[in-house]
Amino acid sequence: MEHIIEVQHLSHQFGDFVAVDDVSFSVEKGEIFSFLGPNGAGKSTVINVLTTLLRLQKGSVTIAGYNLARDPVQVRKSIGIVFQQETLDRDMTVWETLEFHGRLYALARADRRERIEKLLTLVELEIRRDDLTRNLSGGMKRRLEIARGLMTRPAVLFLDEPTIGLDPQTRTRMWEYLREVNEEGTTIFLTTHYMDEADQLSNHINIIDHGRVIVSGRSWELKNTLGQDLIYIETTDNDQAARIVGENPSVREVKPKGKGLLVMITEDGTRLLPGILESLQKQGIRLTAVNLKKPSMDDVFMHYTGKELRDEEQPRVQPQARRTTRR
Amino acid sequence: MDTGFTTVYWRDMLRFVRFKALLISSLVQPALWLAFFGVAMSSNFDRLAGIAPAFPGVVQVGYMTFIAAGVIAMTTLFTSLFGGIVLLFDKNWGLMREILASPMNRNNIIIGIGLSGVTKSFIQAMVILLFGLLLGVKFFTGYTPVQTIVALLGILTFVGVFALGFLFLSAFISMSMESPEGLQGVTTLLTMPIFFASNALYPIDGFPEILRLISTVNPLTLMINGIRYFAIGDNFTAIGLHFVYTPMDILISFLGLIAFAIATFTLAWWKFRRAVIT
Repeated sequence: MEHIIEVQHLSHQFGDFVAVDDVSFSVEKGEIFSFLGPNGAGKSTVINVLTTLLRLQKGSVTIAGYNLARDPVQVRKSIGIVFQQETLDRDMTVWETLEFHGRLYALARADRRERIEKLLTLVELEIRRDDLTRNLSGGMKRRLEIARGLMTRPAVLFLDEPTIGLDPQTRTRMWEYLREVNEEGTTIFLTTHYMDEADQLSNHINIIDHGRVIVSGRSWELKNTLGQDLIYIETTDNDQAARIVGENPSVREVKPKGKGLLVMITEDGTRLLPGILESLQKQGIRLTAVNLKKPSMDDVFMHYTGKELRDEEQPRVQPQARRTTRR
Repeated sequence: MDTGFTTVYWRDMLRFVRFKALLISSLVQPALWLAFFGVAMSSNFDRLAGIAPAFPGVVQVGYMTFIAAGVIAMTTLFTSLFGGIVLLFDKNWGLMREILASPMNRNNIIIGIGLSGVTKSFIQAMVILLFGLLLGVKFFTGYTPVQTIVALLGILTFVGVFALGFLFLSAFISMSMESPEGLQGVTTLLTMPIFFASNALYPIDGFPEILRLISTVNPLTLMINGIRYFAIGDNFTAIGLHFVYTPMDILISFLGLIAFAIATFTLAWWKFRRAVIT
């Protein structure tokens, strides 16, 4: 498979703070690749270095065949970016926003006009073409920014937290747009702190925490490392229960989670569960809660980082309020 | 040739004509200056000037004509110093990330903002000129049509180079500031001495030595020299004082403005080369 992004030993510091610590990975052409991690894990720093917004300090990066350190201008020409913050001029129309971007990248006039029409159709903003961006909803603004990122037919589209602050329905729609874009041949690199986003949207996931890649792989591969099924139990004596359950040959690992225990098993949970419950009852341990489920990205994250990644809602930076001070 | 600056220019002019209230007020405001301040001051000063002895054989102009050049200069100064503010808004809340992440050479941002600012200043200067002539400003008196056009081009050249100098400075300040309030403060701080330590409203010959020295090298004075030279002539009296400009004086003033523009462009270039926004 052809690698469209190749990153080796990338590190980045802000003063003494190490934001990215020796990160290496590669992205295959045509895939959706995501960086999953909590806020402050270093995701944005990685994306800012790859998109040339931050200077490369240490390591080597190749994007679409161009070396980032030697040929940043060619890298810029090969990529599209959707920034985490809103970067629209609210006093420009939808059409002007795209036209401006096309001019910025020196696209020929006929090419620009043709692209704009195609992209407006893709993101369903045709009828809003002459509206000022200030009058668009949050989801529409995001779609416009995605369309803008695609104006130059980039080899890779970078998206930094593409659905942050959007309502659940709009997020689902946004994923559909991104899948469509991907199906047309654009490689997508995104950062997210939403488990479901990484899980459902991407082919390949890198989990990052404290500036390091903790684990990397396809969504199902990552989940399979936790075994076939997960059993969660709460008992009157968790320590004792952990020892007893651990003796079962089909149990891979027992870990404390919250008020109970998480049991990773290598067999079909529906058949194994009765036996486990029975063995506990024999020892006089009473169960207060039982749950059987397939491993989720949440569990994967928990397993590798030892903590839970909460989908805390972080409002997207809304610049409007301050701009009323304009002269 | 790199024509990236036309993109920046197009976008800034788009905003200029989009906001009708801003557009109209920016055109009416200098006219109001001339109408109120000009009329009020000239009705006083011209009475005083009547006492002063006349210079035989020299054209005498009223105060209104004298400060018309000052009002053009003042308007250009204000418009230009605020011309870069869009960059601050872009940096904090808008397109600057997109622009800086693009392959476009960043000098195009400075040049584009400079040229759109110059366009605005040209429009304003023409409005003041026309309005001034209606109010009785004696510009281009006795000029042939060809001379008038040459004079007009001369004025616009001075206005253009001066505006560029301050637009580049404004771009530098805007990129250095964090908030519009800070920008407002710095800009107001700058306009005060630049405007009053100049020959916009009064002659500088009577100033104390140090103030006179500052005023002589003030870019605003340099521009006003040029405007008066082209609009009124090289030899006239106003407010009882005799003004003589030699072509060499005007050339030096012009070169001074060029040097100022080069200096401020260098500042802005340095700032943009290092600019990082994430």
